[in-house]
Amino acid sequence: MGSAIATVSRARTRAGTRDRVRERLEAIGVRGLVITGGLVVVLSIIFIAMDGPGLFWKRFIDGLANGFVYGAVALALVLIYKATGIINFAQGSMAMFFTFVAWVLANEQGWPVWFAIVVAMAASAVTAAAVERVLIRPFDPSNHLPITIVTIALLSIIDGLALYIWFADQKGFPSPFPSKKGDVLTIFGARVFYAQIGIWTTVLVTTFLLTVLLNRTRIGLAFRAVSSNLESSRLVGVHVGRTLQFGWALAAAIGTLAGCLFLSSGTTQLQPLFMSQILVFAFAAATIGGLDSLVGALVGGILVGQLQTMLGGYVRFIGSDLVLAVTLGLIILVLLVRPNGLFGSKRVERV
Amino acid sequence: MQPTLEVRGLKASYGPIRALHGIDFEVRQGEVVVILGANGAGKTTTIRAICQMVTTEGSIKLDGREITNRSTSEIARLGMAHVPQGRGTFPDLSVDDNLRVGAFIRKDKAGIAADRDSWFEVFPRLAERRAQLAGSLSGGEQQMLAVARALMSRPKVLLLDEPSLGLAPIIVQDLFKRLGALNTEQGITMLVVEQNANLAFEIADRAYVLEVGEIALSGTADQLRSDDAVRRAYLGY
Repeated sequence: MGSAIATVSRARTRAGTRDRVRERLEAIGVRGLVITGGLVVVLSIIFIAMDGPGLFWKRFIDGLANGFVYGAVALALVLIYKATGIINFAQGSMAMFFTFVAWVLANEQGWPVWFAIVVAMAASAVTAAAVERVLIRPFDPSNHLPITIVTIALLSIIDGLALYIWFADQKGFPSPFPSKKGDVLTIFGARVFYAQIGIWTTVLVTTFLLTVLLNRTRIGLAFRAVSSNLESSRLVGVHVGRTLQFGWALAAAIGTLAGCLFLSSGTTQLQPLFMSQILVFAFAAATIGGLDSLVGALVGGILVGQLQTMLGGYVRFIGSDLVLAVTLGLIILVLLVRPNGLFGSKRVERV
Repeated sequence: MQPTLEVRGLKASYGPIRALHGIDFEVRQGEVVVILGANGAGKTTTIRAICQMVTTEGSIKLDGREITNRSTSEIARLGMAHVPQGRGTFPDLSVDDNLRVGAFIRKDKAGIAADRDSWFEVFPRLAERRAQLAGSLSGGEQQMLAVARALMSRPKVLLLDEPSLGLAPIIVQDLFKRLGALNTEQGITMLVVEQNANLAFEIADRAYVLEVGEIALSGTADQLRSDDAVRRAYLGY
């Protein structure tokens, strides 16, 4: 430290530049990408060797839509985790409840599906803001366990409420995308439904908008400040409570969108527990992505979606029963190698 | 003239333990006031009490306005800037964004940009690293960033909690020189709590000596510097 001034001149030498380049690369998570890439390439080669590239490509397309939805739910989890350090276990149930609201608006009130989804997202945001104010804010934000317990309580309350109102039977969710028989493309021999393309696009656009919101707006700046240093945020006059409330609202809206998107591919029906498995995969996606990285959440989601489809398809004994267990097992393996996830920032602070 | 910061009968406690037993002090406009004291004397508590970060009793007035019973972020919006002990920066934000969030209470975009540029002139090291994450800066750079960040709000008073802590002597000297210049050139009003009395006296107009939660001595920097007890206890000769 004493040589800090002496290093000023040395910083401009080549070694200094190389260090800085390395620092930049680390900041954007190149190492995570390399590890992910390596894993993906090895598995892909094995799988292609087994059944040929045609089937691999088809399964890849199949897994993509689910992966994007896991990624979207993971985004919601990461938003709250970044800001508060807690995992919102009620994220899935909140999404499920407001997917029901969208269903009611579209199916029973006859609203246009997209409009119903947007209204449901707004409603979920308002509700989440209220929940934050009433159930979360009274607790000491630095003590994570009580708040986590509150979210688990919320999970069972919302699930119970949904069962009470809508019962456990399955309901068809109207797709916001063209989904008639002929609405399908063939890309290199794989059938790609318009709904799948719709899901990919919607999640990508949402992630892009979220990034812009966080990096280019005042409230986004406040949100990142609160995520980084709660005490200093108060000291610069940020309304910490309101900012966290904004985070909860945003996460809830994204969760609701993800719930609606998941059902719009038509492979799953709406019922009060449809989000629970998605939530587990989204936890996995968020963890593998590093829990505090938005890009990581999305990449993690796609990875988990692919693992799920590929393992279920290629490894016979796994079938559909063991997919969840094996996928999570692989994720634990990744975490053993990279405890902060693939994109998570290791908090090294120089003193 | 009324002082910019006026503290009367300030008591503070952590749960059942009382750390300040009713202290009085004031900071007038354009002054640098230093609170000296050993470890555990209550220096940090004093500065945290001003921003209502601990439970307090007594009166604290900023420009004549009572600020006890207001929230920390409200007090910041009223014009109190505070560089907390250790890390006052936002480690996951870039240097640029740190300065931007420092100006969070201001709405004048052009003025904020101009101020940011002028801080980059004052601290050229920060300009070189404006896109870098604050957490990757060295300790001295972070402390300068924390000061610049705090001043981006154009505060009425700047509170500094042991700015020398954890920094190498040569860096500390540089930092205090810059703090002194900020006061003489820009007229920034400061309250500094510090253990390093030698350095603190260099920039201080007046000083208070805090001992176990009470003000033991006060006076101008020159008076205290020549006080025998202060010399033995804090200056070490």
